[in-house]
Amino acid sequence: MLEKAFTGSRRYWIWIFCLLALIGAGGIAYLVQLQDGLSVTGMNRDVSWGLYIAQFTFMVGVAASAVMVVLPYYLHDFKAFGKVTILGEFLAIPSVVCCALFIFVDMGQPQRVLNVLLHPTPHSMMFWDMMALGGYLFLNVIISMVTFGAERKGIAPPKWIRPVIILSIPWAVSIHTVTAFLYSGLEGRSFWMTAILAPRFLASAFASGPSLLILLCLLVRRISKFDPGKEVIQKIAVIVTYAMAINVFFVAMELFTGIYSDIPEHMNHFQYMFFGLHGHHALVPWMWAAQLLALGVLIALLFPRARRNEKVLAFLAAGVILSIWIDKGLGLVVAGFIPSPLEHVTEYAPTAIEGLVTLGVYGIGILILTGLYKIAISVREGLQAH
Amino acid sequence: MNESRRNFLKVAGASAVGAAWGIPVVSALAKAIKSTPLPANLSGKRWAMIVDINKCKRPEVRRACADACRSLHNIPDIERPHREIEWIWSDGFENAFPNQSNEHTRADLRESDVLVMCNHCDRPPCVRVCPTQATFRRADGIIMMDEHRCIGCRYCIAACPYGARSFNWEDPAPHIKQLNPDYPHRTRGVVEKCTLCAERLAEGLEPACVEAANRLAGPGAMIFGDLGDPNSAVSQALRVKTTIRRKPSLGTSPSVFYVV
Repeated sequence: MLEKAFTGSRRYWIWIFCLLALIGAGGIAYLVQLQDGLSVTGMNRDVSWGLYIAQFTFMVGVAASAVMVVLPYYLHDFKAFGKVTILGEFLAIPSVVCCALFIFVDMGQPQRVLNVLLHPTPHSMMFWDMMALGGYLFLNVIISMVTFGAERKGIAPPKWIRPVIILSIPWAVSIHTVTAFLYSGLEGRSFWMTAILAPRFLASAFASGPSLLILLCLLVRRISKFDPGKEVIQKIAVIVTYAMAINVFFVAMELFTGIYSDIPEHMNHFQYMFFGLHGHHALVPWMWAAQLLALGVLIALLFPRARRNEKVLAFLAAGVILSIWIDKGLGLVVAGFIPSPLEHVTEYAPTAIEGLVTLGVYGIGILILTGLYKIAISVREGLQAH
Repeated sequence: MNESRRNFLKVAGASAVGAAWGIPVVSALAKAIKSTPLPANLSGKRWAMIVDINKCKRPEVRRACADACRSLHNIPDIERPHREIEWIWSDGFENAFPNQSNEHTRADLRESDVLVMCNHCDRPPCVRVCPTQATFRRADGIIMMDEHRCIGCRYCIAACPYGARSFNWEDPAPHIKQLNPDYPHRTRGVVEKCTLCAERLAEGLEPACVEAANRLAGPGAMIFGDLGDPNSAVSQALRVKTTIRRKPSLGTSPSVFYVV
C-alpha cells in the first residue's frame, strides 16, 4: 500500500519537494536552536511557554476531531461517512506527529525526553498526555491500516477491529481533556484554572478539525477523481456549525465568569487580552479579530443557504480555523502567563527562528498527510475504475 | 516479502508498541498505589525561614543576600532582560503579596521591596507537575532539583505561583563572573532554583542569605530553623511575631514567613 505514496505526477513531486525544502529550512532553524538554546526564541522568564506549546494545543484538537466522522459512521451507521473516515484518521495521524514534535522542539534537553518513560510519574499530567497521545496514534495507525487494507481487497474488515474503533472514540476525547488538564490544574495560573477549559478545548477542536477536513475534501475532489460527495461535506458542515455554536457559547461563559465576578487575578488576564495592561497590548488586535471572526462565521454558518454554497463554505471553514487558531494557538497560552505571578507584564513575540521551526514541524505533518492522502486517493480511484 | 514474515513483523511491531505504552503506565499506577501522601503534621524536621521585611528594608541588605547566593551557587549574570537566573531577589511588596496589600496599607510597607525566593512549599505544585520527578520534596521539606534529570519542559515554571524558578535559556557558563569550584554550575536547557543551601545545611551552616542578612542588618533580619522543633529559633519567633506568607489561599503552605 505504501508504494502508492512513491509514484505520482510531476505536480505531486513538485509539491513534495516544496515540503522537503520547508522541512529543511525548519531543520536548519532547529539546529540553530539546538546550538544556542531556547534563547533564540521569544520566550522568557515570565512567558515560559510560547508558540510551540500553543501549536501543540491546537493540533491535539485537530487530532481529536477525527472522532467527528468516526462516531457517526460506526455508532450511528451513517453510511455516507464511510467515504471519509479514512480521511479523518489520515488527518489524525500527522496531527499527533505534529503534537509530539512541538513538545520535542520545546524541550530544553530534548535528548532526555525518554526520562518521562524512564521515571513514570502518575501525578504529572504531562506523563498522561504523552500516554494518551501515544495510544491515540497507535489506535489510528492500526484502525486505518486494517480497515483500509480490507477495503482495498474488497473484503469486510476483521471483527476484532470494531471494539478497537469504539475504544478510539473516548480515547479521542481523552487526549484533549488531558491536554486541558495540563493547564487547568495549576493553582498559580488563574486564567487557566477553569473547569470549562476541557469542554471548551473539545468544542473548538470539533469545530476546527472538521473545518480542516471540509477544506481537504474540497481539495481532494479538485485534484483527483475521488469525490467524497456533496452530502458528506454538508453533514460535516452541520457538525462544524454545532461545534462552533457551542464553542462561542463556552467562550461567552468564560468571559462572563471572569469579568462579572471582577476578581483582579482573573480580570487581569482578560484585561490584557482585550484592552491591554500597564501599557502593553500586543494581543489586543488579535483577540478582537478572533472573537469577531468567530461570531461572524458562526452567524453565516447558521444560514443553510450560505453553508450549501461550497465556495462560501470553504471561506467559512477557513474562518473557523483561523479564529480558533488565534484563540488557542496564540491567546490561550500566552495570556495565561500575562501578568506573571509577581504581577509583571512581560510580553512575548515569537522570533523568526521559532517561526521557521514551527513551519518545519507543520511541513513534516503536511508531508505525512500528503503521503497518506495520496495512498487513500490512489486506492479509491482504483476501486472506482473497476 | 512473504506473508508469514509480514505477519510476524506486524505482531512484533504491535507487541513493541504495546510494551512501550503499557510498561510505563503499569509502573506508574503501581507507584501511585504505593506512594504515601505528604505528611500533614510537622513531626520530624522541616526547615523554615523568616524574613523580617522591616529589618531588610535597606537595599544593600537585600543585595548582599542575593550576591552571597549568586557567588556561592555560580548563578550567571545574564544581561538580557527577562532571561535572568534568580534564586533570591527583590521585588515590590505589592508584587510579592498581591492579595495582601491595598491603598490603605502602611505606606512604608506597601512601597518597600522584599526578598523573594522559592518557598519550599509543603504541598509544592512544581513537584506535582514535574513529569520526571527531577524536582522533588526531601523529608526535611527542601524542594530539590536534579538538573541532570530535568528535560527542560518548564512545566514547573508554569505551575509555580511564586515565579521562583528560572530556566537556562542559554549556556550559563560564560556569564558566571567568578566560578566557585566547590559548587557545580548548570547547563543550558534546565530549570534551577533556590535549594535552601542544602549543601551548607549538611555542614551545619545556615543558608548564605540568612548569614549575609544578619551580618549586615543585625540578628533577626532573617531567621532559619526547624519548624518541627518547638524550641528552634523559627518556632519561637513565629509564636511572638505577626507573620504572613505569600498567596496563602492557594494551599501550598510555604516555608518562608515574612514579619510585617
